[in-house]
Amino acid sequence: MTKPLSPQEVARQIREHIPDAVTDFDESAVFARSEALFQVARFLKQNLDLDYLASITAVDFFEHFELIYHLTSITKNHSVILKTRCEKGEKVPSVISLWQGADFQERDIFDLMGIAFVGHPNLKRIFLWDGFKGHPLRKDWSKNAAQD
Amino acid sequence: MPLKTEPVMINFGPQHPSTHGVFRMRVTFDGEVIVDLEPVFGYLHRGIEKLAEAKTYTQVIPYTDRLDYLASMSNNFAYVLAVEKLAGIEVPERAQYLRVIMAELMRIASHLIATGAFFNDLGAFFTPFMYMFREREKILDLFEMVCGQRLTYNYMRIGGVSHDIPEEFLPALRRFIDEMPGFIEEYDWLLAENEIVLARTKGVGVLPAHKAINASASGPVLRASGVKWDIRKADPYSVYDHFEFEIPVGMMGDTYDRYWVRIQEMRQSTRIVKQAMEQLPSGEVRTKVPALLRPPKGEVYAHIESPRGELGFYLVSDNSPRPYRFKVRAPSLINLTVLRDLCVGWKLADAIAILGSIDIVLAEVDR
Repeated sequence: MTKPLSPQEVARQIREHIPDAVTDFDESAVFARSEALFQVARFLKQNLDLDYLASITAVDFFEHFELIYHLTSITKNHSVILKTRCEKGEKVPSVISLWQGADFQERDIFDLMGIAFVGHPNLKRIFLWDGFKGHPLRKDWSKNAAQD
Repeated sequence: MPLKTEPVMINFGPQHPSTHGVFRMRVTFDGEVIVDLEPVFGYLHRGIEKLAEAKTYTQVIPYTDRLDYLASMSNNFAYVLAVEKLAGIEVPERAQYLRVIMAELMRIASHLIATGAFFNDLGAFFTPFMYMFREREKILDLFEMVCGQRLTYNYMRIGGVSHDIPEEFLPALRRFIDEMPGFIEEYDWLLAENEIVLARTKGVGVLPAHKAINASASGPVLRASGVKWDIRKADPYSVYDHFEFEIPVGMMGDTYDRYWVRIQEMRQSTRIVKQAMEQLPSGEVRTKVPALLRPPKGEVYAHIESPRGELGFYLVSDNSPRPYRFKVRAPSLINLTVLRDLCVGWKLADAIAILGSIDIVLAEVDR
């Protein structure tokens, strides 16, 4: 079984190395500040052997977005869920230089959710065409608004 | 006087038989050698993630059929696992075994298409394809027996499966399982040491293990590079821990290994189906679940080893009958991350072989 590492323990280790990066943790995930996301991700990759980025998800909660990173260690078979929150219009650091697998996933989120990633070398729409207005996976998106 | 040359950009697809659907590659050539390649997606984008937010949890199941349509059972499986995890629903043991049988048969059927289409791309025009379709047909007949469908099964339900198997299913399945190893031998005899196949695939498009992991590759693409990572073993779901099977891994990570791993996986899947069939318990196949299921507030990620790799569903529930967020971790899309790196330095014909060996389904890539 893939062992989920205790978020409390992971949060403690991150706090020791990068102060003020972790805002919170719950029973399943560690929350990082969006500006410190890259440093936290690098720490997790290097110190906890999380070599595999299984998936990135973005969820729209109206007042903010939540990004969820599912990180797995193939060598040690454990996993960590890293989350971060960002405001509408806020840019988030890209993790593509740590995990190449973030490439299309970040473009997917940029296209459908409208979160921009700083440091992504080829950030453009992936599924929709360039002239498309808006980001359909946002909760406040409507077909009529897009046709304006 | 040296000739003045410049790179040429060629649009490959979206309408091209070797792209397995509507997929476009912008390929830049220097002479005959590929110097750059950019995949272009979106021709089959239907917005399934958005559509699902307007459907109840049960209504979403047929939509998952239409993601990876060559492995609909696996998509059903991953989705119902996610909902069951979210709502804390227990599944009867018989249903669990039936799900494993269907998922493994699906893996065989999907790998048959992958291999057949791969050889088609290599130029073995439709002969291997027809051999593979002979066995796939038998699997589709089995699926038709249990759910009446041959492509989009919609067989699994939250809390079990839609119907118990009919009387004639098990004898037919036993016949198939007895025959299948012989057929796989036949493929090996036809293809595995064929000189043209070896020349076209050995050493072509090598994906080193560290790169495969870094690019989040999964499924046969990852395992061909020698990484022993299979979610059925690494993070067993359903009843996979009740069966004995091996994880075949490649040595080189080249195009040949990706083909070879799929052939070996068919053997292992046959083993799993055989064990599941022998251990199949009796009893109910479905627990009672409210028609308008309202899972408690929360979120869940469930993943399975689909024929193409790690297929995951991330669901967020706000205690309403519809998912607040429905996200698919599509293995076909993420496996394409490595396509550019694999193709650069090779010729166009090799790029087709490499793309065929990655085995994509565009309905899943574009969603």
